[in-house]
Amino acid sequence: MTVIPGSPKSRLDPDPMPRRDWLGLASLWSAASALLFGLVGSMRLPKAAVVAAPSKTFKVTLPDSLAAGEAFVPAGRAVAVYRDAEGIHAISTICTHLGCVVKSNAEGFECPCHGSRFDATGGVVKGPAPRALAWLQVKVSGSEIQVDEGKAVPSGTKVKNA
Amino acid sequence: MSTEAKSAMTEFTSNLRSVPRRMLESAFRSGKPNTDRTRSTFVFSNVFLHLHSVRTHRWSLRWTTTMGLGLATTAAFLITLFTGVLLMFYYKPYPDVAYQSIKDIHFVVPTGRFMRNIHRWAANVMVVTVILHMARAFYTASYRRPREFNWLVGMGLLAITLGLSFTGYLLPWDQLAYWAITIGANIAQSPREVTDALNLTDYFDPGGFQRSLLLGSEIVGEEALIRFYLLHVMILPLALVALMTIHFWRIRKDGGIARPADADARLEAPAGAVYPVFTQAPQKTYQLAAIVKGRTSAVERGPENTVPSMPHLFYAELAILMLTALVCVALSLVSDAPLKELANPSVPENPAKAPWYFLGLQELVAFSAFMGGIGVPSVVLIGLGLIPYLDREKAGTGEWFGGPGGARLVRRSLMVGFGASILIEAFVIRFGWIREWFPHVPQLVVTALNPGTLLTLVYGLYSVWLVKRYQSTRAGALGLFTCFLCGFLVLTVIGTYFRGPNWDFYWSPSLWPHH
Repeated sequence: MTVIPGSPKSRLDPDPMPRRDWLGLASLWSAASALLFGLVGSMRLPKAAVVAAPSKTFKVTLPDSLAAGEAFVPAGRAVAVYRDAEGIHAISTICTHLGCVVKSNAEGFECPCHGSRFDATGGVVKGPAPRALAWLQVKVSGSEIQVDEGKAVPSGTKVKNA
Repeated sequence: MSTEAKSAMTEFTSNLRSVPRRMLESAFRSGKPNTDRTRSTFVFSNVFLHLHSVRTHRWSLRWTTTMGLGLATTAAFLITLFTGVLLMFYYKPYPDVAYQSIKDIHFVVPTGRFMRNIHRWAANVMVVTVILHMARAFYTASYRRPREFNWLVGMGLLAITLGLSFTGYLLPWDQLAYWAITIGANIAQSPREVTDALNLTDYFDPGGFQRSLLLGSEIVGEEALIRFYLLHVMILPLALVALMTIHFWRIRKDGGIARPADADARLEAPAGAVYPVFTQAPQKTYQLAAIVKGRTSAVERGPENTVPSMPHLFYAELAILMLTALVCVALSLVSDAPLKELANPSVPENPAKAPWYFLGLQELVAFSAFMGGIGVPSVVLIGLGLIPYLDREKAGTGEWFGGPGGARLVRRSLMVGFGASILIEAFVIRFGWIREWFPHVPQLVVTALNPGTLLTLVYGLYSVWLVKRYQSTRAGALGLFTCFLCGFLVLTVIGTYFRGPNWDFYWSPSLWPHH
């Protein structure tokens, strides 16, 4: 800001800002805020409002030969479906650590990527996984079972044929 | 009339004959660089060379000063740039065809496999040399004032180099690529490990935001591939070039390569007949008012041990470029870039291993996703970034292992660094960790207290002890940097050679169970 020689200088009685300085500062700040708003606005672009994704619900029929406690993995789905005396349940086989697909074995599940182990109910017994494997919502009508990968239910929820 | 016409024609033909020479002269106006003067104009009248100063200190040209590591990194980048643009002729960034196009490049395109191999090997060479270059800058204490900011720029370059490697190996859309994107995107989401434990995720979810920003979708698919492609061929290379420009410019503005205060005295006498060197202090110095702050550099300095950059520096640079190219080409002839099976979203590879330079990180995330993928790396980066601002000492600048303690301290730190990381790893491999002893312990405990954080803590405490013991920040920094290098090396070697199916420990891949 230009200081006008001879004018009184006091915090209570400041120099009036010369008009040219005011205009200059005003245009600088307008330019800066316009650029900022433009930038913030364009930052919205990378996040789509609607994303295409395959359906999360699917229907499956369990083979009659499926033994109690034996996992049935529908083709192309990261889900293990079980049938026993108490009913039917589905456990997601997506590792809660970093999203690899776990493999079911005799004791439960094992993750090939970072060595997490889960028991037969999906509870963590070893490794870096922070949470138990999710149990998924299951609807049963006759021999047809509908599983929703998008809806988790409390561990231990088994569904009988309605 | 006829003589005039004849002389005009003669002039025309002679002009025509001299066109090539004139063209050359108009492009390179300074003439042959065979005198001190034309060697200077050769540098500063050329837009590509004028980032260099016209004269280079003889200390900077010593082989042991830099070992040419920064130049080798630049050379490797130029090689990846050239081969990468060639690969773009055939690569199609779309899930269904990406894998096929890489196969085409490998088996059908003339020289395609060779170019892809060179691209891949140059990228590997770049990762190695950028780490070694950083170690050189650290151990010669070259990060000190006025070079602090350039150290930060260099850290940015390291991060972008790793980002380029990561986005690069995702593009073939093979098994490695698919599961690396999945794991990478979930590491970006791993702040949820903390927000979940605190029941905050519904209100505050930076992890989910980062993941959806990377993938552009809920699943790993075409949106994710095009994003990583864009990052790999456009955003990251542009950022790298911008930072490289600043990096090189600052080397010059900060007074060239760091050298000890008594460098001039320690240099052997120049071979005067061959190298024209100022051997006497200038009788007179000038100060450009308002342009140069303080005294001009030549005042009372005595002999300036500089030589013309052309040819001494440029021939050295050309030699490094050729050597790097030779290494990349030789490696490409010996070993092909890998291509696994087509991506299969329902079955990960077992074991699913990242490239070697991320296996240390993979070992860390096998303890905790958030701490291994974000927490510990952030602490290391912040620690490295603070070093030049905390270490304001003078002793040892420009000297290998300069500073209190010196090479002895580095040797001791090597033992501490290797010892601590091997001990902790051995303990975890033999006895497991908290989750196996107490399955119901809250996740926050495992996140906060895992082998990775413990190792970082041990290194940090050792470094603080060094500061007290030697009464010097530089000593602490020497210890900490050496320890981090050791930790990186140990974790990488374990991840590479001793982890098998399900990330279990095996003494050798020949002991892996067969499926």
